[in-house]
Amino acid sequence: MTTKQKGWKELPIAGLCWKPSTEYFTGDWRTYKPTLDEEKCTKCLICYINCPDTAIKWKPEDEKIEFDYNFCKGCGICANECPQEAIKMVLE
Amino acid sequence: MKMVIAKQEVRALNGDEAVAYAVKQSDVDVVAAYPITPQTIIVERFSEYVHNGEVDTEFICVESEHSALTACLAASATGTRTFTASGSAGLALMHEILYVTSGCRAPVVMAIVNRALSAPINIHCDHSDSMAERDAGWIQIYVENSQEAYDSVIQAFRIAEHPDILLPTMVMLDAFVLSHTLESVKVLPDDIVRKFVGTRQIPLIKSHKGKLVPFKLDPENPVTMGPLDLYDYYFEHKRQQEDAMQRAPEKIKQIHDEYGKITGRRYGNGLIDPYRLEDADIATICLGSTAGTAKTVVDQLRAKGVKAGLLRLRAYRPFPAQDITKVLENVKAIAVMDRSHSFGAYGGPVFHEVRHTLYDVSTHPQIVNYVYGLGGRDMPQTLIHEIYKELQKILETKRVKKPVQFIGVRE
Repeated sequence: MTTKQKGWKELPIAGLCWKPSTEYFTGDWRTYKPTLDEEKCTKCLICYINCPDTAIKWKPEDEKIEFDYNFCKGCGICANECPQEAIKMVLE
Repeated sequence: MKMVIAKQEVRALNGDEAVAYAVKQSDVDVVAAYPITPQTIIVERFSEYVHNGEVDTEFICVESEHSALTACLAASATGTRTFTASGSAGLALMHEILYVTSGCRAPVVMAIVNRALSAPINIHCDHSDSMAERDAGWIQIYVENSQEAYDSVIQAFRIAEHPDILLPTMVMLDAFVLSHTLESVKVLPDDIVRKFVGTRQIPLIKSHKGKLVPFKLDPENPVTMGPLDLYDYYFEHKRQQEDAMQRAPEKIKQIHDEYGKITGRRYGNGLIDPYRLEDADIATICLGSTAGTAKTVVDQLRAKGVKAGLLRLRAYRPFPAQDITKVLENVKAIAVMDRSHSFGAYGGPVFHEVRHTLYDVSTHPQIVNYVYGLGGRDMPQTLIHEIYKELQKILETKRVKKPVQFIGVRE
């Protein structure tokens, strides 16, 4: 887990959110992790467009894509859609 | 401490009217309700107060009980004082939202006029409706007469809204026996009730931004209530509800006592109401209006020298296990009277919990269960006498022949 889980004595009552959703890292759910072979990547950005969690970041200044592992749930759509087979799903 | 007994006015009210009058005096912000016999009079009377401008309450007419409670829950979440009333099928239709209300820790107060569940359709009293909701996380208070209905509704706002509790609260009164029967009810002056209930206290909680904010839906200080809560946190939030229930008995007693100082009326210690139990050998246990009849029977038996007593449970949730143990540990034979039945179970729900509570008592009293009065079947003195007669037999033989029995039903 990315953050320590609180006990019932520390939590606010009624299921009230105790941290903003941007700090709730859904990357915790992942089983398989995408990895990029930069040699094969042509920067076509099909993965970037298809990612349902906007967990792929495109950095034009570096001409690089990066995975945001805090939010990537490991669905594997990027790996499936990549025409160059530059993305591999690896068991964590 | 000086006792302050307020000047009270005697009014002729039935149980429903007594509830409506208590709500009128309790400075309620929102009432949303749907009519169902025998609760209808509560909402009818209250809508008259709204129409006549006697109360400053937003009255929401809704299309069902599911909507009624949903509206109350939503209004309560914004920090308002809310009330609704129902019974029988209406309460059953609220089932889903009962859990949402307690889970959101919304201190809604609801009067339940106990009525049998269909089928066959029946509008008369038994406790099947509220017993089916005993696990919903609501405080449950059963009353014996219309006076107590009035008193308990006023107390219920203080109990539910107490910052250490924040649990919705149901006040149960028996259909027709109480709801439609005229009684003389002593009512307090408006200003004294207003002072007793006060305004709803909103505790501060830590928001998702780490800031201390009022525990309510407020655009200035946004919070998220009742979001998705999976295996990682749901259990913790349920554990908190149990913690609030564990804290409730002390507060119920305190609030009941504080109210008693104003009115001079007390119902036992607020959780249980024992009657001539101190030296009793045999006793019955019941909820609601049956206790009135049973008290008369106890008096008749006492006059003949029989050491008989009665225990009425006023609070059923939280279940006052310690208090019950204390008053029953020296009683030798006990009959638990259930006005509802769990089909296929080993006796009725009150029997389950009382018998289970007394398991650890070293004196091991003999316990028998009587399921009675389903669908409004009368429970006259003669039948209660029969129960005490059976208890005397159990006392002599030290043996319970048949632990679960049905009384008042034709073979």
